[in-house]
Amino acid sequence: MMMEKIALRSRLWMAGAAMSAVLVAALPAYAVTPADTLVEGFAIDDIISMDPAEAFEISTAEVTGNTYDLLVRLDLADTSKVKGDLAESWTVSDDGLTYTFKLKPGLKFASGNPLTAADVAWSFERVVKLDKGPAFILTQFGLTADNITEKAKAADDSTFVFTVDKAYAPSFVLNCLSATVGSVVDKKLVSEHLKAMTPSDDYKFDNDFGNEWLKTNSAGSGIYALREWRANEAVVLDRNENYHGEKGKLARVIYRHMKESSGQRLALEAGDIDVARNLEPNDLEAIAKNADIVTTSAPKGTVYYISLNQKNEKLAKPEVRQAFKYLVDYEAIGSTLIKGIGEIHQTFLPKGVLGELDENPFKLDVAKAKELLEKAGLKDGFSVTMDVRSSQPVTGIAESFQQTAGQAGIKIEIIPGDGKQTLTKYRARNHDIYIGQWGQDYFDPNSNAQTFASNPDNADTGKVATLAWRNAWDIPEMTKETEAALLEKDAAKRADMYKKLEKEGLETSPFVIIFQQIENAAIRSNLKGFKLGPSFDTNFVGTISKE
Amino acid sequence: MSAVDSHTAAPGGSARAAGIAMAIGRFLLIAITTYLGLLAVTFFIGRVIPIDPVLAVLGDRARADVVERTRREMGLDLPLIEQFYIYVKNALSGNFGTSVLTTNPVMVDIRRVFPATIELATVGTLIGTLIGVPLGVLAAVKRGSFIDQIVRVIGLVGYSVPIFWLGLLGLVLFYAKLQWVAFPGRLDIVYQYTFTPITGFYLLDAAWQGQWDVFRDALRHIILPAALLGYFSLAYISRMTRSFMLNELAQEYIVAARAKGLSETRIIWAHALRNAAVPLITVIALSYAGLLEGSVLTETVFAWPGIGLYITNSLQNADMNAVLGGTIIIGSVFIAINLLSDLLYQVLDPRTKSA
Repeated sequence: MMMEKIALRSRLWMAGAAMSAVLVAALPAYAVTPADTLVEGFAIDDIISMDPAEAFEISTAEVTGNTYDLLVRLDLADTSKVKGDLAESWTVSDDGLTYTFKLKPGLKFASGNPLTAADVAWSFERVVKLDKGPAFILTQFGLTADNITEKAKAADDSTFVFTVDKAYAPSFVLNCLSATVGSVVDKKLVSEHLKAMTPSDDYKFDNDFGNEWLKTNSAGSGIYALREWRANEAVVLDRNENYHGEKGKLARVIYRHMKESSGQRLALEAGDIDVARNLEPNDLEAIAKNADIVTTSAPKGTVYYISLNQKNEKLAKPEVRQAFKYLVDYEAIGSTLIKGIGEIHQTFLPKGVLGELDENPFKLDVAKAKELLEKAGLKDGFSVTMDVRSSQPVTGIAESFQQTAGQAGIKIEIIPGDGKQTLTKYRARNHDIYIGQWGQDYFDPNSNAQTFASNPDNADTGKVATLAWRNAWDIPEMTKETEAALLEKDAAKRADMYKKLEKEGLETSPFVIIFQQIENAAIRSNLKGFKLGPSFDTNFVGTISKE
Repeated sequence: MSAVDSHTAAPGGSARAAGIAMAIGRFLLIAITTYLGLLAVTFFIGRVIPIDPVLAVLGDRARADVVERTRREMGLDLPLIEQFYIYVKNALSGNFGTSVLTTNPVMVDIRRVFPATIELATVGTLIGTLIGVPLGVLAAVKRGSFIDQIVRVIGLVGYSVPIFWLGLLGLVLFYAKLQWVAFPGRLDIVYQYTFTPITGFYLLDAAWQGQWDVFRDALRHIILPAALLGYFSLAYISRMTRSFMLNELAQEYIVAARAKGLSETRIIWAHALRNAAVPLITVIALSYAGLLEGSVLTETVFAWPGIGLYITNSLQNADMNAVLGGTIIIGSVFIAINLLSDLLYQVLDPRTKSA
């Protein structure tokens, strides 16, 4: 009896389930996003912290770029220069050590609090004292926890004075100040959210300068303000009604975490998102036929390279280093693997940066490579390992490289791994060959020059872990030249110094630089004013509107 | 033994209670040992994988001295055995540390993401059971027939086709073409900020608050991923139902029931299925537990913010606290469901009633 009832009930259940399936099916789809809201499908799982003193990730840069303002920003019309953002004007003292910034009048934070030079000074102070990942961009100017309140201070409410330790090229100093780490934080607001800390040898201060609170909140004056960040789910920005410039056109911007390219494409075509940010080449191609969707792209300051560890004595031979540069099938890679997401680029400075050398001398030439290998006494080739992160396009490039290098008798064993795993090995200098990418830390030639062309201490205990160090490439001369370029006041002369370094890199470095990343976005055509910037922190959303 | 007299039999009184108590005691012991084993295994896996946990906190660009300092702050410079002691002590008090990625205590994160997975797994298992069991019964009754073959093929496909592929196919058809279902995530953007979940189970929360439009939207979002998971478990459940039913239908009590002149429907659904239901419960429970682990691929394809996605993402970012915490919670749930299904087994199996 009981079972019969259960059987009957389960039949009812089934009928119910079938009914609800019909019900669901009969509903109209809301395939349009709200008129005042921008919805972007974006892989945002790299976000760790929204605190500009700590943030160093790609998606975070876009959020902080829209939620915080800086003293100066990259001039999008000519990215080798900067222009004032919060600063109305600035002067550099004759000795090249003191920078005086005059703030625009009547500035306010999103909170409504007035923005003064004291906020700027405190923002710099907390970066230096917290000493998180990106702090070096400021501390390289000789700032320490002990001197910061002297070196970065407010002369009055609208005058901020910044003192550096050497007569650096002004272009270098200003470019660094345009990085996320130079964001101006609302001192009054953050002060309400300080967390008490116990001073120790490692951390000498009694509070956390609001670091914990700022990880998930914003306290800036940018065109938008962070409403919410739910990890792996969404980032939500609301328009800042107190913004000093032209206000954001849409009331709200939502970045919805979507990891899958195909999922983004489907949602974009259906209209559930306005912008798809992580489309792979095949989806980009497919979407090109859709009349409701347009695509846009911009080169970004990230270069992909293969590097040869100089601890391996075969890889350390100059001829072998050069041979590898002829063993990459640039053309095939460019037309397939990185189509739409990258362009061939062989020098270490990306396009758009001061001093970029626009030369791509290498192409696949197995005969030439064999000749070089013979000179190195390795006529019969040799075997090496290569650590490869399991993700595209890196895996595809590694496989292509494995095949072309094989033609010259070099047997490459690919060791696949997760990103953090290969990186751990790379940082410990335990690899033979590594394939990876490097994004600029700030929009200045020194960022990449320093890592690709300087290595102050090649010992295993070396404290400056540049890419040259990671590959044990000992280059005292180039290190000096890189340092000298920092002090060249004349921007044109400075540019030439970097070009010389890039030439040297092409001829001697253990870096086989392959391509520069292009960021692309597919957007619904009712969207106006969408533009990707030259860097990840200049993808501004304020100009975007809907028709 | 006959099913007919089994539900007239009175419970075996204190002997049965003692039996159940013993069973509970035994399982608690097993649960505790398993849990400790789980802690040890997760800890050592977390320490031997060739990934530097400091990388997760600082990213790739930090200076050497910052890296060293952070290593100390994270207690990674302590001897391994001391780290393990601290880890077990914290884990036993429910403290799995703070997730590097989200900066929340791991428990807070899990409380946020787990309901999404539970909701999905529950609806999925409901679908799998409600369709899988009748299909299995049908296949057993019509053994060797065309229907049996069809059910076999359906099961085989469900079990062997990669779920992300089915998921994408489902999206292309039901979402992009037919627009029957919604995507991505659990709710449409329009409802994200008008709806405040209480328990985290959106269907329940929406129904409780009487927000039927939200309920409908949540249903439209959950139906496709749940149907996929349901199909996946259906495949398994229907195969197992079939074999259990075949076993029961060959028993003498079925012949007896037929001789008594009971209708075939009643013999199959009330007598045979009832006895087949006992082992079936374990099968369903295990399949449910399997779905609770978070179907990573399904969650990735559907941008479903569940525990599978959480743990995978944490793993990719070397966020070991989150990975270990998540693993332990899932392990605990797995242990609990096993325990529960075994207890249910005791309750439902008539043989345990007469001690």
